[in-house]
Amino acid sequence: MTQRTITAALAATAFLGFAFAGHAEPANDTLIIDGSEIITRAAPAAHLDGALTELISGWQFRDTETRAIQMDDFDNPGMIFVDRGIDSWNTADGTDGKSCASCHEGPESMKGLRAVTPRVDAKSGKVMNIESYINDCRTTRMGAEAWGDKAEAMTDMLALISLQSRGELVNVAVDGAAAPIYAQGKEIYYTRYGQLELSCANCHEDNNGNYIRSDHLSQGQTNGFPVYRLKDAKLTSAQGRFVGCVRDTRAETFKIGSDEFNALELYVASRGNGLAVEGVSVRN
Amino acid sequence: MMRQILIGMTVSAFCAGAAVAQVAPEAVAFTEGAVEQSLSGAAGNPEEGKKVFATAGLGNCVACHAAEITKDIPFPGTVGPTLDGAADRWSEAQLRGLVANAKMTFDGTIMPSFYKTSGYIRPGDAYTGKAGTEPLPPVLSAQQVEDVVAYLMTFKE
Ligand code: HEC
Repeated sequence: MTQRTITAALAATAFLGFAFAGHAEPANDTLIIDGSEIITRAAPAAHLDGALTELISGWQFRDTETRAIQMDDFDNPGMIFVDRGIDSWNTADGTDGKSCASCHEGPESMKGLRAVTPRVDAKSGKVMNIESYINDCRTTRMGAEAWGDKAEAMTDMLALISLQSRGELVNVAVDGAAAPIYAQGKEIYYTRYGQLELSCANCHEDNNGNYIRSDHLSQGQTNGFPVYRLKDAKLTSAQGRFVGCVRDTRAETFKIGSDEFNALELYVASRGNGLAVEGVSVRN
Repeated sequence: MMRQILIGMTVSAFCAGAAVAQVAPEAVAFTEGAVEQSLSGAAGNPEEGKKVFATAGLGNCVACHAAEITKDIPFPGTVGPTLDGAADRWSEAQLRGLVANAKMTFDGTIMPSFYKTSGYIRPGDAYTGKAGTEPLPPVLSAQQVEDVVAYLMTFKE
């Protein structure tokens, strides 16, 4: 996608934001990419206990232009990063001279992973999201340095691996070994942090559909991550987004990869059980 | 004449020095959510109050509230109720209490407390994401609270 289309999309966002300010309903559109429907509305899982009446992807809360960009992989700027991810998948790195491909063959071997992570690793008891799997491979099997959590190489690889599960329904385990992590994440979700005393739930459970200034509050679902944010012109991971939200409550944020954010990511992902992995989504 | 001017100047110097008359955030007395006394010891300026209402780094009231009288401020939010007639529904003391700490009026409300400095979970240093140390500076100064209250007093139907 060219700079011009990005600018046009931004202009359209501003215009539509103005026209529909106060109009609280998300869209009721159908997300079709490459002829396949991606589920963006679903019934909530039982563990949500009625906290939401319907699960709605953030895609439905964005304006017509932004939704359209995600419907076409040639327009979706996030796909550029997927291509970079493929290059890096095939490139040897570290003292063992291995690439991802050396052990995993093609990236399609990762199909399904995005839908069930974060999860608790049975052997180590650690919470593993895709970033932790990637860095575990790099440090223990490739003899390479861990990637920083916001490193472009990391979000590129995240995009490539997520895309392999596009359309699959999120199905993050909340019981067994995950139960205490789920409980910790839930506690964090409902805690009112910072000088503005805002919890995730204040905005995304109680007020989704409402506007904060011109921002249409979504349910804060993570099925679309990593997202390409038009205003940042880059990819953001779920935990990268959490940092921004907590900071905006005038609080001390947690660190990416901390126990707290790992638990929160697992919990928030599980709130979207039933929505589809979008691969690389586009948001404003 | 000269003497009168000098006396006048002394009086205004005294008033300006009346920062002593300012009520500290920890000392605000709420009566059923309302605060009788001016927090700054001075009257509010409604024009300044409008800036507090509209500015993201200050009150940012427009992020959540719309009203007919504020319709020249673009993109009002819908999280809070529209404020038309707020001054008909609430006294000045009640509005001051609402702005200082709305949780004293509406238990558990999402509306932030603008004149409060401690009792937070993971208090931050403004919007940096870094840790802050309590007591934090309040989001609005005493005078900014008075200004936005004076502005709200013009919300009549
Ligand atoms: C995060 C959103 C939010 C922000 C920011 C906010 N408010 Fe509120 N406000 C609310 C909500 C929600 C209510 C309704 C109380 C409730 O039931 O929780 C409310 C209630 C009020 C009321 C009483 C409503 C009425 O008319 O009866 C007034 C007055 C008010 N707010 C003024 C302000 C002012 C002035 C500011 C800025 C200094 C402000 N608010 C900032 C959310 C907000």
